[in-house]
Order: sequence, then structure tokens, then C-alpha cells
Amino acid sequence: MRQTRTHQQLPKVATGIIGFDEITGGGLPKGRPTLVCGGPGCGKTLFSLHFLMYGAEHREPGVFVAFEETGDDLVKNVRSLGYDLESFVKRKKIAIEYVRVERSEIEETGEYDLEALFIRLTDAIKRTGAKRLVIDSVETLFAGLQNAGVLRSELRRLFVWLKDRGITAICTGEKGVETLTRQGLEEYVSDCVIALDHRVSDQVSTRRLRIVKYRGSAHGTNEYPFLIDSDGIVVLPITSLQLVHNASMQRVSTGLPWLDQMFGGKGWFRGSSILMSGSAGTAKTTLASHFLDASCRRGERALLFQFEESPAQYLRNMRSTGLNLEPWVRKGLLQLHASRPTLYGLEFHLATMHREVVKSNPSVVVVDPVSSFTGGTFDEVNGMLMRLIDFLKGRNITSLFTHLIPGAGRADELQIGVSSLMDTWIILRNTPPGHNGGRHLSILKSRGMPHSSDQRPFELTNRGTVAV
Amino acid sequence: MSPRTRKRRPERWILRLYVAGNTARGSAALRNLEEVCEEHLAGRYKIEVVDLLKQPQLARGDQILALPTLVRRLPPPMKKIIGDLSNQERLLVGLNLRRGSPRRQGAA
Repeated sequence: MRQTRTHQQLPKVATGIIGFDEITGGGLPKGRPTLVCGGPGCGKTLFSLHFLMYGAEHREPGVFVAFEETGDDLVKNVRSLGYDLESFVKRKKIAIEYVRVERSEIEETGEYDLEALFIRLTDAIKRTGAKRLVIDSVETLFAGLQNAGVLRSELRRLFVWLKDRGITAICTGEKGVETLTRQGLEEYVSDCVIALDHRVSDQVSTRRLRIVKYRGSAHGTNEYPFLIDSDGIVVLPITSLQLVHNASMQRVSTGLPWLDQMFGGKGWFRGSSILMSGSAGTAKTTLASHFLDASCRRGERALLFQFEESPAQYLRNMRSTGLNLEPWVRKGLLQLHASRPTLYGLEFHLATMHREVVKSNPSVVVVDPVSSFTGGTFDEVNGMLMRLIDFLKGRNITSLFTHLIPGAGRADELQIGVSSLMDTWIILRNTPPGHNGGRHLSILKSRGMPHSSDQRPFELTNRGTVAV
Repeated sequence: MSPRTRKRRPERWILRLYVAGNTARGSAALRNLEEVCEEHLAGRYKIEVVDLLKQPQLARGDQILALPTLVRRLPPPMKKIIGDLSNQERLLVGLNLRRGSPRRQGAA
């Protein structure tokens, strides 16, 4: 983590949630309680569990206080999401303390407090040596017990108690009608409040995370899209990186000597972003594949996100242009990631890409085509791409985006304004009949380097893509 | 709750009172409980007092959360009553020694 100049940054502990630790500059406030709130199914429990399991893996055991499901149910429910909670329990790194509160079973007469809960927590913390603790969800108490006054003062005591013990805690809360949580838990937790949200519009589900409050820490008020899938939770940071990428002077080959020639003989800057626009059948995918091939030849990993073809179909089609990519796939240098663009929302796609990139750590990423993202407004698509490009640049990954120009449209009438985000913009056109070559290529811009202003004819043959 | 048709020995009551150390609330609960038991269950009840400070692990088994908590272990079904048991009416209802209605009718 980079040192920031804010006065007295609170110490933080990592949650292990990709993206979240970045946007908070290190995770949750150490030794303090955090409130994680949201509606049903928003991911509160998973968020908390991720935090707990990451801690348990990193010498910070934890206690999960489950008010809503038994330990067995919890273990079962999260197993499908790839969380092996059981092994942590077996190794005594995590203790699950199931607290059953059922109004119909409890009669109340006279004064009481929740001392037994404290005793159980003390015991569980002692058994595991816990440094982290999750209470999911404390609001269940209000449904089970009648004396709200006692509950409120006991909760207040609980948060102080946890703080005194230096436990980093997450307390989850159910979303209220006009408040963050039904019982106004946000009043008790003063250090950090995180709201999760799950929306479905146009049959596309999107999850978002917002940092409502984070005392003593700079944070954006943005909503960050996040993703829950078989690998857990990934939060996609918005342009949090600002424009601070290192500008590499190193060049990478486009994979085609004649194309390298057009960029001063050296190809593109490493870590730059390239947009390749053209109408249907202008060989966008083929040219992009040469770039992937070149990367693999250098022994660098490449990642292709395909939104139009299946991997098998793609590999077959490339073979017909003389490009055999299968060996790279077998070697694990080239990874293909295909999905239907309409299947998920924008956030999901970008979060998936984000995660795949983190996983395979490629030096080259191709998105083919970026124009398939139509599941949002102009600004949304733009914002997403900006985040993706920022993220890739931050990792010094050279990225190439193909873009389909619909019909006979002109390249400069791009529907999406991504061109300004790109360092290099290439236009591909079908050559009018009677001219040389089937297609031609021109460079609209390429920041920071001399480049050809020619319209370069080229042809696809079964022995490769050649200039004519 | 009246015994079933085969009326042999009277029902045996086992009551467990959970407390934490020596608190005013815990003592009051025990006093209130003893009073009610003597009046309604004389000779056929047993009260176990569990101090969770000494046996914290017992809090999990009976799912104890609030203190003091009284658990009716026998006769079944298990009942749980929390608080200092200062409201005798509610205590009797909670123990099923009296119906929820105001009708005055001790246990048979």
C-alpha cells in the first residue's frame, strides 16, 4: 500500500476481497467494529465470511456469531460458492457460534441483560485466539426479544467490549425502509459503515458496494460494482488509480512486421491501450490475434475475452488465416475466456475480466469486441471501460479492444466515447472494389510516437495476414 | 397441565437457573423462583444453579443468551424464561403452571 499523507491513518486489516482492500487503502479499521448493511441476499454474510476466512489464513483466527443459520447450514450454503469453511472450523481457526433466538420459545419476566452472549463470545474468542469476529445479524435479537431498550444498551456495550479487546469486527444489518438498517445500528458503529446493494433491472443483476462512512480514512463515495461467483467476492474499483500509471518506453510488437512498421518499426507502447475499429469483416479479430500470438512467442501470457465466438470456433477460424494458436493454449500461455455479452450486466463482465486478469496476470489483454457491451447507458459503458483500462494500465498490461462499427457507419461516428481513453486508434476498412488488397488499415492516432498516416492495404491469406 | 390418565407418581420438575457470578439480578431470580416452587411444586422440584462464569461452555448447550435465564428441563417440553422472574404471573404462565388466561388454576 502506498503511504498517503493524511494525518494519522488508522491501522487497517485486509479483508482479502479483491478490489475492496484497494479502495479502502488497506481494508477495515483494525480493532474496531464495521457495519455491513443491505437488503436480503445482498452478500453481507459472504462479505463477512470472506473477511473472516482471509484472516484465518493469515494468522488472525476468527469467530462467526450466527444468529440466522446453524453452523452446519452456514458451512453448506457457502460451500457452493467455493468457501471451505469446514476446514477452518476443523483446524480451530474459525469458531462458529450459533445463537438461537426464537421468540415463541422465550418468556420474559423482569430485568435481564445479555451477559450470557458476552460469556459465549469470550469463550469462543479464547478457544480460537480470535482477532476477528462477525455478528450476522445482530438485528435478529430484536425479533426474538421484546425489551428493545435492553437490547440497545447491550449492543452499545457489545461494540465497546469488542473495541476494548482489539477485535476487528463486522456486524451485519438488514436494510431498513428509510434507514441504512432496520434498528438504526449505524448509530452504534461510528468507524466504518458499508452498504451493499443488489438490483435487478432488465433481467440483469448488478451488485454494488458503497462506503457510507470511514472515519479517519479517505474514501470515495462512489458505488463500486462487485461480483459474487464461484471464486467469492470481487469488487471493481472505479477510477481510483487516477492518472499515475508509469509510462513505459518499451515497445511490444503488433505481431505483424508491416504493422510494426507503421508505428515507427517498433509496434505499440507496453501498457498502452489500443482501439481497433472497423465494420463487419474487416479482420479485427485476426489482427488482434496476431498480437496475442506475438505475446505468446515472447513467452508472455495473453488473455482473450471473446464475446462472439466459442473458443473452439475461434481457434478454427484463426487456423484458416494461417494462425495456429492451439499450442499456446495448451502451454497455458494463451487463455481464452468466452461468454455471451447479454448474459450478464456490464459490471459482471468487467468484474469477471478484472478477476481473470488478477488470476492469470497476463502481459497482453484483448477484448473482442468491446462494442458488444450494450447493457447500459452511454455513460455506464464508458465508465466501465475507463475502469478496465485504468486497471490494466495500472498493471502495465497492453490492451487491445476491437470495436464493431455497425453497418456502413464511419469510424469517427463511434457510438461509445472510448476513443479518448485509448492511446492508439486504428481503423480498418473494406477496400472499395477495383483497389489493391481486400482491406486497408489506417492510424487515426497514436499518442507519443511517430506513426504512419498511410492507408495501408492488406489481405488475409491462408498463410497469414500480409500487406499488399 | 394435568398429568395423563395413568396417575402414578407426581411429575418431577428439574429447573436450571443460569446466572453469571453473584449478581443482584441472579439472586432475585433465585429467590423468586424458590418462592413459586414452594408454593406450587413443593416436594417435587429441584433447582440447579449454573454459574456461567465457572462453566461458560454450558451456555451453548441450552442456547443461553440473556441472564438470568431459567430453563425448565423437566417435564418436557423445554421452556425458557428470561429475566429476574419478578413478575410471578408471567413466571407461572412461562412454566405452564398456569394458563395464559387470568383464570386462577394451579397445576394438578
